[in-house]
Amino acid sequence: MRIVVCVKAVPSTTEVKMDPVTNTIVRDGRQAVVNPFDATALELALRIKDERAAAGEHVDVTVLSMGIPDTERLLRDCIARGADDGLLLSDRAFAGADTLATAYALTCGIESMGAPVDLVICGKMAVDGDTAQIGPELAGALDVPCIAGVERLVELCGKVLSAERATDAGREFVEVELPAVITVAKDAAQLRMPSIAGVLAAEDAPVAVRTAADVKADPTRTGLAGSPTQVVRSFVPERAHEAVPVEGTAAEQAAALATLIEEACR
Amino acid sequence: MSGLMVDRELCIGCGRCVKACASAGIELVGERPNRFARPTDSCVFCGSCVDACPVDAISIEKDERADAAELASYAGIWVFAQVDDEGRVLPVAFELLGRARELAAERGCRVSAVLGEGAEAPSANEELLIAAGADEVLVCRDERLAHRDAEVFARWICDLARPRKPEAILYGATAFGRELAPGVAVRLQTGLTADCTVLAMDPETGLLQQTRPAFGGNLMATIVCPAHRPQMATVRPGVFAAPEFDSTRMGTVSEVSLDDSVVPRVRVLGYETADAGASIADAERLLVVGRGIGSKKNLPLMRELADALGAKLGCTRPLVESGWLEYPHQVGQTGVSVAPKLLVSLGVSGAIQHLAGIGGAQTVIAVNDDPDAPIFGAAHYKVVGDCIEVAEALLETLHS
Repeated sequence: MRIVVCVKAVPSTTEVKMDPVTNTIVRDGRQAVVNPFDATALELALRIKDERAAAGEHVDVTVLSMGIPDTERLLRDCIARGADDGLLLSDRAFAGADTLATAYALTCGIESMGAPVDLVICGKMAVDGDTAQIGPELAGALDVPCIAGVERLVELCGKVLSAERATDAGREFVEVELPAVITVAKDAAQLRMPSIAGVLAAEDAPVAVRTAADVKADPTRTGLAGSPTQVVRSFVPERAHEAVPVEGTAAEQAAALATLIEEACR
Repeated sequence: MSGLMVDRELCIGCGRCVKACASAGIELVGERPNRFARPTDSCVFCGSCVDACPVDAISIEKDERADAAELASYAGIWVFAQVDDEGRVLPVAFELLGRARELAAERGCRVSAVLGEGAEAPSANEELLIAAGADEVLVCRDERLAHRDAEVFARWICDLARPRKPEAILYGATAFGRELAPGVAVRLQTGLTADCTVLAMDPETGLLQQTRPAFGGNLMATIVCPAHRPQMATVRPGVFAAPEFDSTRMGTVSEVSLDDSVVPRVRVLGYETADAGASIADAERLLVVGRGIGSKKNLPLMRELADALGAKLGCTRPLVESGWLEYPHQVGQTGVSVAPKLLVSLGVSGAIQHLAGIGGAQTVIAVNDDPDAPIFGAAHYKVVGDCIEVAEALLETLHS
């Protein structure tokens, strides 16, 4: 059995600070980390691996990412925590990809692995993008069913996976036959720490770094060129209006607020 | 050539682009007066530098053959009308119809609502959708649509969209909408913008300008999909106002089918409906607390104040991440969008994702000790001060 976990390198802080004087972004040495949702995805894969190992079956867990060359460091960290190997898609041809072009690149990466993939686990969304589109797009591209937003992996029994997820109305218990894509909520699990043996093994572990041509990606469908959406401008939003200040001593402010609250609720 | 282009004739080497860039994607090379900006391999094409450039020297270029005749063959705006377990259309669908109606009036095109329901669903929703702004309702009643299976809905919508060619499809950014829309996007190979807070449409070209919070922080990005159709966007509930229902509006109802080959692959074994009373989404009064309340031990005070105000308690994302409150309390882009009459905000700095979730509030009173906190930009009344002191004083006033 083979599980692919898709991981994204994201800035360690998602807060972009603005310099109030120049109105420009304050840059600091933000180091990339594995998107926390994807860390949860890895943990779920490793739990399946452990369970199957107890039953005598080997499960291959491959971490897959599209990113800059430095992302290899993060994939090695995933291996130190228990993944078997990694595949990093790294090429300027992938730069500027929107979700459609990203899902295409990941699909090419999965198809380049040769062996059939039984389960793809993605974080529900990335903390820096918040789109939650990659998992469902990947499922569509691979033409396999998708369970988005898994909060608890109930069990994997043979080729049938059952899970619990949040819906608009409440919660739902669903099952699906593999192959499938699932996306997971951050609280579904906590990623384990790397073991010392894992860290040592990760140094020599296979992390393949592949270009777009290596995975036979159509250059018109990757990166900026393959992205239907395009950012035309990014800007600091203007304040819509000035808030009316409520001043005075704490007691005076409280009295004024109580009046405002009463008026607002009328 | 695709990429970030700097016109060296125009570039004055001022470096504003470098300051605006969050990812070291552009640098200055050469000495004045021949200094100019040059993109680096770290550029993520976010467009910040394009906006920052005072002489319009920077642009993002794409090799894209937009076939004008092909684009012009697409017309009309579709709104996906999600229904709940009781068969009621969700409010967000009406909000989107209201906005689509305004865009369509300028563009001179039709608005269609796309309604998929179980075979036994009563036919009451069509009238409501027309009253809210639809010129046409595309309805399919099929047992395979009774349970919301995103793949089934995606294949159904794709089959509808291919011959009918809408130029835009809007979805509510509900849990289901956020799973469905990417399924449609990948099958139609088109663009999708998540969680838009502003939608505008060029009346001439029909180009949909989709603005959403970006970079996880204090930036907004305007995104377009110039050469692919349909243009698709999800919008959080509460972002647009609900339209006036006009029962005299006329519209057509077209029954459409779901292809026999579409078979649900996700089996539903059971479900639980959450306690609707716990939801902050439709609270009339809301007390929202942020990191500025200092410590978890101040939460009981906040609960007491919420009770005194007759308000439900919401919070910002860091509080949920610290485990102080549960996720259903989280207000903002990745939490719940709220639209209360009164929102009292204590110790909330006002990250843009949070502000994206409170746009529907009628009166916002914010308390923060930082006079420059962005929350004040979204507030109607502000108190610059210690939120614990203000909370205690307010509680005393309300009790007396």
